[in-house]
Amino acid sequence: MITKSLTELSAGLKTGDFSSIELTQYYLDRISKYDSDLNAFITVTEEQALSGAKSADEQIAAGTAGALTGIPMAHKDLFCTDGVRTTCASKMLDNFIAPYNATVVEKLNAAGMPMLGKTNMDEFAMGSSNENSYYGAVKNPWDLERVPGGSSGGSAVAVAARLAPIATGTDTGGSIRQPASLTGITGIKPTYGRVSRFGMIAYASSLDQGGIFGTSASDCAMVLETMSGFDPKDSTSVEREVPNMSATLNDSLKGLKIGLPKEFFGEGLDSSVAEVVESAIEEYKKLGAEIVEISLPNTHLAIPSYYVIAPAEASSNLSRFDGVRYGYRCEDPVDLTDMYMRSRGEGFGTEVKRRIMTGTYALSAGYYDAYYLKAQKIRRLISNDFKEAFEKVGVIMGPVAPETAFKLGEKSGDAVSMYLADIYTLSLNLAGLTGMSVPAGFSSSNKMPVGLQIIGNYFEEAKLLNVAHQYQQVTDWHKAMPAAFAQANKSGEGE
Amino acid sequence: MEWETVIGLEIHAQLSTKSKLFSGSSTEYGQEPNTQANIVDLAMPGVLPVLNTEVVRMAAMFGLAIDAPIGKANVFARKNYFYPDLPQGYQISQFDKPIVELGHMDITLENGKTKRVGITRAHLEQDAGKSLHEDFAGMTGIDLNRSGTPLLEIVSEPDMSSAKEAVAYMKKIHELVQYLGINDGNLAEGSFRCDANVSVRPKGQKELGTRAELKNINSFKFVERAINIEIERQIDIIEDGGAVVQETRLYDPDKNETRSMRSKEEANDYRYFPCPDLLPIEITDEFLAAVKATLPELPTAKFERFMSEYDLSDYDAGVLTSTRATADYFETVAKACGEPKLTANWVTGELSSHLNNDALEITESPVNAEMLTGLIKRIADKTISGKIAKEVFQALWAGEGSNDESAADKVIESKGLKQITDTGAIEAMIDEIIANNAGQVEQYRSGKEKVFGFFVGQVMKASQGKANPAQVNEMLKKKLNS
Repeated sequence: MITKSLTELSAGLKTGDFSSIELTQYYLDRISKYDSDLNAFITVTEEQALSGAKSADEQIAAGTAGALTGIPMAHKDLFCTDGVRTTCASKMLDNFIAPYNATVVEKLNAAGMPMLGKTNMDEFAMGSSNENSYYGAVKNPWDLERVPGGSSGGSAVAVAARLAPIATGTDTGGSIRQPASLTGITGIKPTYGRVSRFGMIAYASSLDQGGIFGTSASDCAMVLETMSGFDPKDSTSVEREVPNMSATLNDSLKGLKIGLPKEFFGEGLDSSVAEVVESAIEEYKKLGAEIVEISLPNTHLAIPSYYVIAPAEASSNLSRFDGVRYGYRCEDPVDLTDMYMRSRGEGFGTEVKRRIMTGTYALSAGYYDAYYLKAQKIRRLISNDFKEAFEKVGVIMGPVAPETAFKLGEKSGDAVSMYLADIYTLSLNLAGLTGMSVPAGFSSSNKMPVGLQIIGNYFEEAKLLNVAHQYQQVTDWHKAMPAAFAQANKSGEGE
Repeated sequence: MEWETVIGLEIHAQLSTKSKLFSGSSTEYGQEPNTQANIVDLAMPGVLPVLNTEVVRMAAMFGLAIDAPIGKANVFARKNYFYPDLPQGYQISQFDKPIVELGHMDITLENGKTKRVGITRAHLEQDAGKSLHEDFAGMTGIDLNRSGTPLLEIVSEPDMSSAKEAVAYMKKIHELVQYLGINDGNLAEGSFRCDANVSVRPKGQKELGTRAELKNINSFKFVERAINIEIERQIDIIEDGGAVVQETRLYDPDKNETRSMRSKEEANDYRYFPCPDLLPIEITDEFLAAVKATLPELPTAKFERFMSEYDLSDYDAGVLTSTRATADYFETVAKACGEPKLTANWVTGELSSHLNNDALEITESPVNAEMLTGLIKRIADKTISGKIAKEVFQALWAGEGSNDESAADKVIESKGLKQITDTGAIEAMIDEIIANNAGQVEQYRSGKEKVFGFFVGQVMKASQGKANPAQVNEMLKKKLNS
């Protein structure tokens, strides 16, 4: 079961090889068996999963099922789910149950996908290691002493350990691509505006974008085309037709021009990561692609720019968590100021407080021009770099992260070193482009997975998925599973 | 020393949309607390604002009416501060790119001269909710019904130099927004309120004095009083050798004093930045042209037209154009009966005083425009006299007749108030009176012409007021002089 693609699962459900209830129970069993080691889930929603599976089975029986009907999935715990708590991995929202669904959840529910549970993450999506969670760190299934990356670490691990066939994530500065890379799975961050942000708890509104983790590009394509599209509830979502992303997966890559930005291969890149990326590029040459060296000269400005803009927006976005209407409120406040200070002081973790303070400072009178405005100018420079590059090439490739998964606790005391983990991913969010991470092999030094980053022009998700899929037709890296979790369940297999 | 006052106003006019600025909740006033607050108004996690485009049209109308450029790509910004009735932790407002840029409004001063007041800008923003302190011992209740209601904040230049000028300006804006149909003009419900920035300086000095901001005043009377009391306070401080502190003050109408709310040091740093959840509002020339085409006749133009078209005095034209509803009422009646001067007299006289007595708006008048038309037609065609007409009006006001043009006829008929124009009937009455009052006849004929009034009175009395006065006069003269 755990080696099947979504297409195969869909076919199995339609032909009656197994029911959605059986399939969903299968994954629930895996979660209960393995998640105590991994901590990928904050909330497991067995009841909702099985009742979703039941109605999926009814639809399948009635012949009204779609391609995804009956296939269970997991949601990052910042997508609001009607009636099921949504914590954002924060003490602040430990008790929060939304009376509405995020548009993404609504669309996938409508597609008949039962929800297995809500996955762990860095608190309010702030982090690159998934250590900043009120519910504890998530472990990398390839080595339980190592981090899975963040912030969507729980979703990445759920898919990597096959606790869910597919899972949603969000990417503000690399939060899908970096954990996908570190856990050896496929993940795509769509173009800003492609997927509705409604019901996605905001970290940095101008950068946040929902996306998907799967074990292959074709699985991601099936789900991404379902969750994309204009949403009247999100003014920043774009009114633009969503193509059938599965239809173009088999297009030939002959003549595709791949840009390699020299700034992505310089100092700071681990040599074992570089080796893997270079061998992936070799595969693409064999597939008929042409390699072009390009330059994205303002890449070095991405981190300083991001760490002004994202915290600035976060400082404002997180103001609503004030203990007044929902969420955590401190015990026995003596007055309003005390209630604000202690509710927020006690409800938010260290990294969240750090970013709120950084952002507040950056927006303060007298500093706004020097920080926020300047960061926005840099943002335009970075966008222009990409614009020029895409005049010459079809896609851009490079590493996702400068190194493989690091040890738990290794960087948790050093915020700046942690921020560097996103050095190759941030610039894309600043420009609003689409990007993905595709498993490309393992580090020769520590045997941990390495992802290849593929960056596409605006709204070219289908092209990225095509480029990734072609690579997955000639390589098996995406099929590799962490040994400790690769064992299929004994009963009800049908394999 | 002689002092000079400098005043600028920030008027908050609630735009009369059915739903809120960024959510579908109703904006209706006076509902049960929190029944008009949805997940967007409550600022639940992950929810997003979606612009109610009707406000753009309304703000553009205002901008066109004050001759101001409209921001072609105006931008919403977040104004960040914490308060329990501000659920987002920020107000979505506009900062450096407002929808309405520099415009102006002319006011008439007491000496009859016109003064131009600059309008720096007008921008769109969300209203806050309400904190309720009364009903909760030791706690505060929050009502978010008003939260997110659309406001147009109209900021004037510091161009006014007395409380009277400030009130004149405020009234002109009040009149304009109602004319445009973008505000309901209801000061008591807070739909139209203002903050006044007040400072004083020695006469002739160029630099402005330190100002105080008087917050949230919601009546014309209070604006005048608050500014005057604040001017006195500031002058007293300076004359006693002190200095005015820049601060926000609250006017207490019961004590007629202003009190400090917070000083400049305690003021928030609002950390404005463009709201990343909303796109800039793009305004096209086509859109502006379409809005311009819907712009109603503005108060000043209407005032001038009333004077020339209907030959009204400037006093009458002023009263009749004071609100759009009054002007529409007048014009409906005047056109239907063809008697503009008579109509003006009735609307500014009898109708106004009845409305005042019963504290009603003209839109709530029991005597509607058709009913008054019917009445004035009967005065004009001499079916009834002006005096009898007042009696008919009273009956109409009390609900007699019907609510259309035939109402006056029905009352005249049922009460038998029709004017007597039958020469024979009047002659008979006159003959009888002359016969019964030989002494007065003698006096008149000997030259005491004052006695004439006595005879008129007697005839009118005999006819219960229904005899046509002109006819009575004429016939009496003929009889007495013969």
